[in-house]
Amino acid sequence: MWRFLVPISLFALLVAVFVVGLGKDPTLVPSPLVGKPAPEFTLPRLDDPAQTIGRKDLLGKTSLVNVWGTWCAGCRQEHETLVALARDSGITIFGINWKDDPVQAREWLKSLGNPYVAVGVDADGRTAIDWGVYGAPETFLIGPDGTVLYKHIAPMTLDVWRNEFLPRIASVGP
Amino acid sequence: MTGRRAVRQPFVWGLFVIIFGLCLKPVFAMDADPKLSDPVLQETYERLTHEVRCLVCQNQTIADSTAPLAADLRNEIRLMLAAGRSEAEVKTFLLDRYGDFVLYKPRFKASTAMLWLAPVLLLLGGGVGLRRSIQRRATLPVPADDEEDPPAADLRS
Repeated sequence: MWRFLVPISLFALLVAVFVVGLGKDPTLVPSPLVGKPAPEFTLPRLDDPAQTIGRKDLLGKTSLVNVWGTWCAGCRQEHETLVALARDSGITIFGINWKDDPVQAREWLKSLGNPYVAVGVDADGRTAIDWGVYGAPETFLIGPDGTVLYKHIAPMTLDVWRNEFLPRIASVGP
Repeated sequence: MTGRRAVRQPFVWGLFVIIFGLCLKPVFAMDADPKLSDPVLQETYERLTHEVRCLVCQNQTIADSTAPLAADLRNEIRLMLAAGRSEAEVKTFLLDRYGDFVLYKPRFKASTAMLWLAPVLLLLGGGVGLRRSIQRRATLPVPADDEEDPPAADLRS
């Protein structure tokens, strides 16, 4: 009897591994930054290139860092959600404008609404590399102490906000 | 005679094309980026870029990919090597930002141990199983075999 049981249970184990493994999306690569301090950066501001934003601006309260570009279709898709979040939830959202045309980026915010307290211009993509960004839009959740709590790859939706962001925000406070 | 030639000629041409093709050395000159002045560094750069996964198009290395991020990462690696950073430092730089998945050969550690050990374990398990099964068959009494499988002569009749 056991000579059948062994192969059958091995097969069942294999099926279980495949069911779990194939259900995952291979394009979503977990970020090694989660749980670590947010990377150091200094970028000129989109609205006033004479001023800069950097890591120190993220400290003190929980915030989002959203990586976007006008060339990115997913960013257009999530923009309304970001505007609604900034308005209704009161979360502070910083933007990193990734390898974009600043003129078009300013135009985009003027016509679609501006959910960001400040946007840094990452013209050469150097800051995006430090943040491990590989596909916009990406949204990081940063704790008051500057720790990366979570990273969401793909457009932000209200479902993602409720299921992934709110519980984590609740655990560290505003 | 002419008929034969007509048959033979495509064959000869085909053979020529195959031999010519085999003589060609594959050239991977995707990368139009400026070269490092030190040939040793350039070699390191080429080896590294062939080991780093482009996360935008995941089944390509950053050497093969035309994605803007791949170009940025190639540039970053070239600058780091030119600044005297070692191969290990470049890899750590990438791992810190993008995680184990960025290297086609991930480092051996707890979370990647199964990936590295599974083929060896499967091969060993298969070998042990095979050995056992052969040994068991070798020790089976001969008459038992005769009962299970009818003699070949019976099949023929």
